[in-house]
Amino acid sequence: MNFPENLKYTKDHEWISLEGNVATIGITEFAQHELGDIVYVDISSNGKALAAEDVFGTVEAVKTVSDLFLPAAGTITEVNPALEANPELVNSDPYGQGWMIKMTVDNPADIDGLMDAAAYTALVS
Amino acid sequence: MKNTPFTEKHKALGAKMAEFAGYNMPISYSGINDEHASVRNNAGVFDVSHMGEFIVKGPQALELLQRITTNDVSKLTPGKAQYSCFPNNDGGIVDDLLVYCLEDNNSYMLVVNASNIEKDWNWIQSFNTNSVEMHNISDKTCLLAIQGPNATKILQPLTQVDILNLKYYTFEKGTFAGVDNVLISATGYTGSGGVEIYFEDKDGAADKVWDAIFSAGAAQGIKPVGLGARDTLRLEMGFCLYGNDIDDTTSPIEAGLGWITKFTKDFNSKEIFEKQKSDGADKKLVGFEMVEKGIARQGYEIKDFEGAAIGRVTSGTQSPTLGKAIGMGYVDKQFAAIDSEIFVSIRNTLLKAKVVKMPFA
Repeated sequence: MNFPENLKYTKDHEWISLEGNVATIGITEFAQHELGDIVYVDISSNGKALAAEDVFGTVEAVKTVSDLFLPAAGTITEVNPALEANPELVNSDPYGQGWMIKMTVDNPADIDGLMDAAAYTALVS
Repeated sequence: MKNTPFTEKHKALGAKMAEFAGYNMPISYSGINDEHASVRNNAGVFDVSHMGEFIVKGPQALELLQRITTNDVSKLTPGKAQYSCFPNNDGGIVDDLLVYCLEDNNSYMLVVNASNIEKDWNWIQSFNTNSVEMHNISDKTCLLAIQGPNATKILQPLTQVDILNLKYYTFEKGTFAGVDNVLISATGYTGSGGVEIYFEDKDGAADKVWDAIFSAGAAQGIKPVGLGARDTLRLEMGFCLYGNDIDDTTSPIEAGLGWITKFTKDFNSKEIFEKQKSDGADKKLVGFEMVEKGIARQGYEIKDFEGAAIGRVTSGTQSPTLGKAIGMGYVDKQFAAIDSEIFVSIRNTLLKAKVVKMPFA
């Protein structure tokens, strides 16, 4: 499985790409594979300020539903509009077109403290 | 956790495996939507060897089965099968099952849910006062379901049994892929046609049959299908799943299974069901589709427009065929009519749904 070196990872199987204080967040290849065919990404927290570990949305696969947890405190600024019509992008391109939200992070150092690709690979293998 | 004779095949195919009813079972291979489409449009193979099989035989077998099941077993002749259920004594359902008539009035095979094998066995025994002979052949019996519009065409070269013309809910025994005494049954849980085949796992029969099916279907693109797609396929047809849509507390009348409940004979809970049928049951199992975006899941509450509880979701999924969210659930009888507006509580939000006819697809 592919876990890009330039990303950070959480134990909830999300990836984070940080530029300045703007983080882009999605779920990992491991997560999409475990969930199977994703049919609906339900995120209604756009514009909200949330704490780390708060649920910012849910992802529905054919068989299961799973919560999405915010990796760090901050404000959600954008939800990937492409997922409304094509939630399967999360399966086919989890690190690219399947991204889920962008957020401004209150404290960018919070992201530095997350797992790197090697640590995440160890977690899921 | 038990394995089936096909577990190594599933692993070699890269299946996602999980425990189901005490068995290590394949949940999906290529993905639920892909497997689902394969059965609807072509052909797919399910290992459902976890299911339970009992042989019930002897001169008093019919009398015993008539007492403990709702459908009329006396209508069966050798080579015919019927869907039925075991009612408990309180108007609920112990399990649903298939009854196969092997010999007239004398020998039957019951096919029950894997999760209920022990419960069913004990239940039947508690009514077996005439010492009817019973054998639990679950552990040595392989069961493969080959389903889909092209299934029988693919399988026909493997057997002399005329499976292309085998009528729904009939069966024949014959040689299949060189294995003797295979029971080939025109039944299934998908609504897409095909057969289910039962045979004993001995002398490498399991491998032989599995390999023959996949090589016969290779050109046609036959695929292995897991329990995930088995669930979406049966739900699109409105088929009940024990433990979800029917259980010890629901009656066949409430569940829309009046058609397998025959009041021309005596059986457990008959009087309760007769009363429900004549007076109308207080709750009814209905099919619904989501009008507002969301996916209903088992256990979610169903409410009216004012937010008052009127029922509960028993099964729900995104329908791969229709591309919309569908479900089944029990609702108070005044909400059971087609087109009734109901609301499903999904993560504390009431989302609109409407009652629709089943099958869904």
